[in-house]
Amino acid sequence: MADEGGAAGKRVSGEGNELIVSTSTTSPRPRVPAVGLDVSSIRADFPILGTRVDGKPLVYFDNAATAQKPLVVIEAVRRFLAEENANIHRGVHYLSERATLAFDAVRDEVRDFLNAPDSREVIFVRGTTEAINLVAQSYGRTTLRPGDEILLTTMEHHSNIVPWQLVAGQTGAVVRAIPITDAGEVDLEAYRRMLGPKTRIVGVVHISNALGTINPVAEMTRLAHEAGAVVLVDGAQAAPHTPVDVQALGCDFYAFSGHKVFGPTGVGVLWGRASLLEAMPPWQGGGDMIHTVSFTGTTFAPLPAKFEAGTPAIAEVIGLGAALRYVRGVGFDAIGAWERTLLARATEQVSAVPGVRLVGTAREKAGVLSFTLEGVHPHDLGTILDADGVAIRAGHHCAQPVMERFGVHATARASFAFYNTLDEIDVLVRGLHRAREVFA
Amino acid sequence: MSRDLDELYQSVILDHNKTPRNFHELPPPASHADGHNPLCGDRLTVWVDVEGDTVKDVAFLGNGCAISKASASLMTAAVKGKSRADAMALADEFQKLVTGRLEGAAERKALGKLQALAGVSEYPVRVKCASLAWHTLKAALAGAGEPISTE
Ligand SMILES: Cc1ncc(COP(=O)(O)O)c(C=O)c1O
Repeated sequence: MADEGGAAGKRVSGEGNELIVSTSTTSPRPRVPAVGLDVSSIRADFPILGTRVDGKPLVYFDNAATAQKPLVVIEAVRRFLAEENANIHRGVHYLSERATLAFDAVRDEVRDFLNAPDSREVIFVRGTTEAINLVAQSYGRTTLRPGDEILLTTMEHHSNIVPWQLVAGQTGAVVRAIPITDAGEVDLEAYRRMLGPKTRIVGVVHISNALGTINPVAEMTRLAHEAGAVVLVDGAQAAPHTPVDVQALGCDFYAFSGHKVFGPTGVGVLWGRASLLEAMPPWQGGGDMIHTVSFTGTTFAPLPAKFEAGTPAIAEVIGLGAALRYVRGVGFDAIGAWERTLLARATEQVSAVPGVRLVGTAREKAGVLSFTLEGVHPHDLGTILDADGVAIRAGHHCAQPVMERFGVHATARASFAFYNTLDEIDVLVRGLHRAREVFA
Repeated sequence: MSRDLDELYQSVILDHNKTPRNFHELPPPASHADGHNPLCGDRLTVWVDVEGDTVKDVAFLGNGCAISKASASLMTAAVKGKSRADAMALADEFQKLVTGRLEGAAERKALGKLQALAGVSEYPVRVKCASLAWHTLKAALAGAGEPISTE
């Protein structure tokens, strides 16, 4: 199983692993020997990829916004709703027991996916945004003092900026932006200089959704820890494309969204170090997160329930489990190799179109190509490409500081997944030429 | 439903995008308003110089897609010289045009060159691009100082 060298290869053996098997709808299946990827067989797993747009085959290059869902995910959600649906952790009846088992098993799978030490450290949330807000409001609000500093890279998604600004406003802490270079890489020298005794929290995006940059998260974490700060990594764009090992990264919090990793919307994960999570107060109150409730005082449930008030997105969590099994079955070695091929081809061909300026040219990049085309506004480009069935994103990508840094108002962004093909890149490039003609 | 790109990007629109008319500031006492579409980041400023009840001059600056720029440019040409009330009424007619609610041929025809933007109605997400300038115009007109009485 050579291609399971990714996250799956780092599986920690121990308690709980048996459960994974019991709820699998499909077991991870190696799709290819070594590195190649059988893209046409993969595409057959994604019903939506057969869509036609005005008669033209859909070319889905908006994967950074949300990824498409394989049949196993759709089926896992359907099957749960049709055969196992019940609330969890509450009933003693047959369905509730099955639902609870299936739900809890996904927590173990996420632990495995992240190579986290302990399933109790896996908190189910609504998505990356909620995960970061949870940390800001629970950890940040109770630990930050006036003048404390929160360092964020200039390439953060708004969801890793605004929650910190809110908590800064509540505590008197200060948010500072770590500069990035013209290539779209973190300026590590500047970062080193900014770290100091006031630094409490460092927030860094693992892979930038606007630039594609893969950040040196392990090194940045090491430096932050030397300064005594904790590190939150926004893994929204990393989870679908690279194996994540929170122990190797050394970070304190890691967040990702189910919908970007081929799972359903409405579910995401916050992983946090148990020692930190245990010391943090609950964020939301309600059912499921308590130990005992009385009007003279309430005690809270242990991890992870303390942070999961109310009925969670049960069916979506089940779907997320199926999604994680699916990606691991394809294998991150094969995914990485194919996405690098796609990115290399797209970079070469798109930058050869006259008037194109690439935004984000880091040495370490994932499958995101952000660019502008002279004389054609990204929105118009988006509409023109759409007429050819090509779905891209046009705008500021919820990363306005990045746009400001590069002196643009918006970019066009093509973002790839392992089900994309080289032929699709040709369609994109033809569309760019067409847009130039329309606006000549 | 097949949508025709040529309907959207008519030559009038491409022309006004490339060489927008009245693309400059107006000095005081002209009043202005800023329009912003947070979804796409488009921004523009519209200046109006109202004398008595007449929109004597209109101008704009800003950045945005071809639709928003051409719409602003065509708008300035369309409202210049109109009464405040007529300009406001035209804004409402225009909104109907780009949302596909302008039925009668006569009503359409009354919009003159602005009809070039009718194709936008086929692209629901682009309607905001076309209407940004008009919303901003309304705000600028509302803010324009009370007409100075000569009595
Ligand atoms: C890098 C990054 N961080 C955070 C988010 C927010 O994710 P969600 O909207 O799923 O909470 C996104 C998604 O747009 C993203 O790309």
